[in-house]
Amino acid sequence: MKYAITSRGKSLDARIDIHFGRCEYIVIYDLETKGWEFIPNPYKELDEGVGPMLVELLHEKGISRIVSGSFGINIKDLLDSKHMQMIIPKDNNISVSSIIEMIENR
Amino acid sequence: MPPRSRTPRKVAKLPVIKGFKPYGGVLAEKKRAIKLLLEEYEALRLCDYDHMNHQKAAEAMGVSRPTFTRIYASALEKIARSFVLGHRIMIEGGHVYFDSQWCFCKMCECKFSNPSKREEDHTCPLCGSLDTSPMMKTDSNSGCGSNACR
Repeated sequence: MKYAITSRGKSLDARIDIHFGRCEYIVIYDLETKGWEFIPNPYKELDEGVGPMLVELLHEKGISRIVSGSFGINIKDLLDSKHMQMIIPKDNNISVSSIIEMIENR
Repeated sequence: MPPRSRTPRKVAKLPVIKGFKPYGGVLAEKKRAIKLLLEEYEALRLCDYDHMNHQKAAEAMGVSRPTFTRIYASALEKIARSFVLGHRIMIEGGHVYFDSQWCFCKMCECKFSNPSKREEDHTCPLCGSLDTSPMMKTDSNSGCGSNACR
């Protein structure tokens, strides 16, 4: 099971990004290997169509769950059709490391 | 060139039955079954049970109006064929996905979508708590607070 967590910075102490499509970084966390990697959002500067392109990228990487502060208006249908789950934590200022900790201890 | 890939069609819920068997007739059991696709079932349900027009129904299934009309025509054709020839109908297959529902975890208070309708998995993906509840569209405080929640 692979998770994608949107992040505002390139560190595990960074807080999660409140925007899915235009997040700064994405942390890919693999529950099986407990490994994680940072990838910068390649579509951050584009004008439109950012969300679907990012979904495509994450889908190719085999991600099935996405944690972010919020998701755009058109993205739910696309994520549903790819069987990817959206997760919105209660606290927008939660750090990426706390999210990973929660996932590991669940 | 490979054929253009099909847009998956959105289905609200699975049919309550798996198909239909003809009554009477000769050797009806042995005749082959006609496969009614899930999207064809959904088209029929939206159009003739919920009385939607093709435009509305197409929007509900996330396809264009002409595509919807094609799916609907195929459904009618199959049902007519099974009536006339006495074939069984099996409702299965198709290129569909199910509309996910938002759930709320009472433990960590996160919100999550539940994309797989076939599995009734309501475990919180973050904290693993089983104390979660689906969020109803009619709730006054419904919605995840984000735009994605409609």
